Amino acid sequence: MVSKELKDHRREKRIFVARSILAAVIVGLLAAVLLARYHYLQIQQYDVFQTLSDKNRMQLQSVVPTRGLIFDRHGRLLAENQPTFALTIVKERVSDLPGMIEELKHVVTLDDEALASFYKRLKQRRRPYESVPLKVKLTEDEIARISVDRHRFPGVEVEADLIRHYPYSDLLAHLVGYVGRISEKELQKVDEANYSGTQYYGKLGVERHYENLLHGTTGFQTVEVDARGRALRVLDRRAPIPGKNLTLSLDVDLQAVATAALGQFRGAVVVIEVETGGVLALVSTPSFNPNLFVTGIDSASYAAYRNSLDIPLFNRALRGQYPPGSTIKPFVALAGLNSGTISASTRVWDPGFYQLKTDSRKYRDWKRIGHGWMNLHDSLMESCDIFFYDLAFKAGVDTLEDYLARFGYGQLIALDIDDAKTGVLPSREWKKKNRKQPWFPGDSLNMGIGQGFMLTTPLQLAVGTMVLARKGDWIMPRLVQGEGDPELPVTPTPPRVELENEDYWDLVFSGMEAVMHARKGTARTSAIGAPYRIAGKTGTAQVVGIAQGELYDESKLAERHRDHGLFVGFAPADKPQIALAVVVENGGGGSKAAAPVARKIFDAWLVPESRIQTVSEGKPNAIP
Amino acid sequence: MPSHDFIRQLPGAETHFSRRTGFFHLIHLDFWLSMLLVLLMGFGLFTLYSGSGQNMGLVERQALHFMVASVLMALVAQVEPTQIKRWTPWIYGLGLVGLLAVLLIGSDAKGAQRWVQIPGAGIRVQPSEFMKLAVPMMVAHYLSDRVLPPRLADILVVLGIILLPAALIIKQPDLGTALLVSAAGIFVLFFSGLSWRWIGSFIGGVAMFTPVMWYFVMHDYQKQRVLTLLDPEQDPLGTGWNIIQSKTAIGSGGFYGKGWLEGTQSQLDFLPESHTDFIIAVLSEELGYLGVMAVLALYLAIIYRGLYMSGQAQDTFSRILSAGLIMTFFIYVFVNMGMVSGILPIVGVPLPLISYGGTSVLTLLTAFGLMMSIHTHRKMLSR
Repeated sequence: MVSKELKDHRREKRIFVARSILAAVIVGLLAAVLLARYHYLQIQQYDVFQTLSDKNRMQLQSVVPTRGLIFDRHGRLLAENQPTFALTIVKERVSDLPGMIEELKHVVTLDDEALASFYKRLKQRRRPYESVPLKVKLTEDEIARISVDRHRFPGVEVEADLIRHYPYSDLLAHLVGYVGRISEKELQKVDEANYSGTQYYGKLGVERHYENLLHGTTGFQTVEVDARGRALRVLDRRAPIPGKNLTLSLDVDLQAVATAALGQFRGAVVVIEVETGGVLALVSTPSFNPNLFVTGIDSASYAAYRNSLDIPLFNRALRGQYPPGSTIKPFVALAGLNSGTISASTRVWDPGFYQLKTDSRKYRDWKRIGHGWMNLHDSLMESCDIFFYDLAFKAGVDTLEDYLARFGYGQLIALDIDDAKTGVLPSREWKKKNRKQPWFPGDSLNMGIGQGFMLTTPLQLAVGTMVLARKGDWIMPRLVQGEGDPELPVTPTPPRVELENEDYWDLVFSGMEAVMHARKGTARTSAIGAPYRIAGKTGTAQVVGIAQGELYDESKLAERHRDHGLFVGFAPADKPQIALAVVVENGGGGSKAAAPVARKIFDAWLVPESRIQTVSEGKPNAIP
Repeated sequence: MPSHDFIRQLPGAETHFSRRTGFFHLIHLDFWLSMLLVLLMGFGLFTLYSGSGQNMGLVERQALHFMVASVLMALVAQVEPTQIKRWTPWIYGLGLVGLLAVLLIGSDAKGAQRWVQIPGAGIRVQPSEFMKLAVPMMVAHYLSDRVLPPRLADILVVLGIILLPAALIIKQPDLGTALLVSAAGIFVLFFSGLSWRWIGSFIGGVAMFTPVMWYFVMHDYQKQRVLTLLDPEQDPLGTGWNIIQSKTAIGSGGFYGKGWLEGTQSQLDFLPESHTDFIIAVLSEELGYLGVMAVLALYLAIIYRGLYMSGQAQDTFSRILSAGLIMTFFIYVFVNMGMVSGILPIVGVPLPLISYGGTSVLTLLTAFGLMMSIHTHRKMLSR
């Protein structure tokens, strides 16, 4: 092609040179922009990015301490840490979470419940790259299948974990309690740093009370990680301090004997060593399997426990509040003796009922035809109500309340039991406050035989009986041998129960011995053939009305309307070793239902032959 | 040798034919440019070893790329510029056919069709890469026969030469390459003396065209890259991850760097694409600001040498092509270093001769071959 104008080569060259110089300048300026940018990042913002880079690669990981073990007095393991394998997911390393979980369903069985709790935990606050368990307690089979398909599931790991296990299961559930997944609310209560990696928290019983000691101190390590969160090397480490092991006063054999003795009945037994105040057995039947709660109970099992008429989750020994019935009489007798209301020789005529001058109502004795002339000894032995009506009327509510309080009624006195109820020790103020009524003399009569407003827990009855056996010398009831948790507030030990005359103790004890061993004693059949002497007292609590929430069921109703049988006692009578309280719900009277249970426990503790037998039946996993 | 005699016959005409460069000139290579390129490629292998996670196999493959491409550069340098100019329309046409073939029978790579299989030969070629050379050549070819500065009609033809392949490349879709191909052509137009009035209206046109691009041309992932540039923190684990990690790598390098192979961002895999597009972050982290200045100095030396060589060219075709090519080279450097440090959106532009990749090495060294051919085939008198 030929242009119309002539090409001016000089001009073109001149333009080009000018443009080249301009281009060189632009290149220089843009290069300066780049240098300025890198200067800004590398020099001015160096500290910021240095920190970011370190934050990237260094991860502070907590090293969870192993939880302390729990032993009984013979060194048998009650709560252990079992290695298990869990399927966990690191969310940051998974691109399509729902899709991958669908895929995983072909490899391991995943129920909706596990998924729901997984998603719930995923929403909770956690560190980046922290793994969240999807399924705990994998079977050998599942571990093998996941290992084969591992490459298909980035971010999915099989992690070894220590899971709390209770080998005695139901037997000790109400006493040892259990641990469960720590909740947001519990996390707020504890030292956040020390619980930074902890997954479990004591929810009940010894596990909860001694959480501080059992947990231990969390260690930390700084780990260098790559972008996929894989730990490459440990830069710095502070080892964890494992939780403290605890030894309980409990004797598993005795617990087993007491549980077996209650049989199919709902009820509670508390046995305390008189010398130390240590709890030897604490039974509430029916019980539940604590192992189900550790990794989260499935809703069907939980509903079964919740909906059972027998309320197995309810700890009757600590929280069951029963009228003490006649088991209160030894304490009322001491109140009468020491206040001068009665003496050893006081006699009362029992025609089968008692009547106040101001009132036409007849307060009946359990024996319709009456006992005739009764003194204190015989009234305890035969559980005469009329004698105690008279005593209670004359002594008055203030005296009764004063003395019963000295034995721990109406309060919770224990070193390391914190779920227990306090029962009700009625007084004038109590009635005014709770019933908006003044105290009537008739109320005192009912109080004198352990009926009316008064309520006690099996623990209180056992503690009161222990103090009685120690002749008023208090010692703190306790589950754990030794001192307990030094960081928890300590309830002061109540003062010794001082009496005007030390003979009063023996007077009451002889009446209680007669209950067991005299021809007319209410629990004589339960002491036949015993090679030791027992001091005891039976009691019967009337069941009034139907408990809230129970369904109306004709056959159940008849059974559940039966009286509760109670028994308190200690043995040997002359040199007490153990004191106990037994409550048998709807078992009928105390002599028929509760005293035989007590006899089996006394035998198990005091008769060497039976003891050897039960020990050999126990599980052979004692740890020295 | 004749050339020495030639110099003696014409004293004072061209004095830069020194003894040192004489031999290189004889084999049609430029001594300084070659030295700088060898230095840069050595620096590239050194950085690549670290950036690839000490993958010696990868480094060896890249070294092989360098060798093959250097041979090609030397071969191209032997060709007379007049021959190059003669073949230019055919090369450009072949490139267009290739681009059409990609759209019709191309094979997929990462969601975009960029390759075309040559039947029987068993090799794949990337016509869009080819166009990075063919477009500036064609523009230079067209303008060299016109009266310069170009008039409107010529400008429109040139825009056609540029936009036809650019549109085909956008179709693939590969917006980044389309922009670089266009830039190469526009640089040639710029050096031809495009009047400032046109440059002004061109910039204005781009500004007006931007919203149109945003709404009608750009794909969602491309928009996302721009948004990420503006605020990488909005999605720190997704699209923002790359830029946050690369800025962290660069910034944490400081002045002296963490040391070769000691960069935690690079070696612990926090930095994505650490051996390809983001390799400058590895260099910045491990060798610090000092290393960045060194590599930028090397690039500037190459570019200024290239501009100087362009200034020495004796005809318009050679001059504007050579300058256009070296400015395109600079654009690679600027866009790559800008995007990795977070001042430009992330487009797939490798860092020349340092990032891993055979195609880019081949294109770049061929371009330098063209420049060397132009520089070493000069006649003693201007035409």
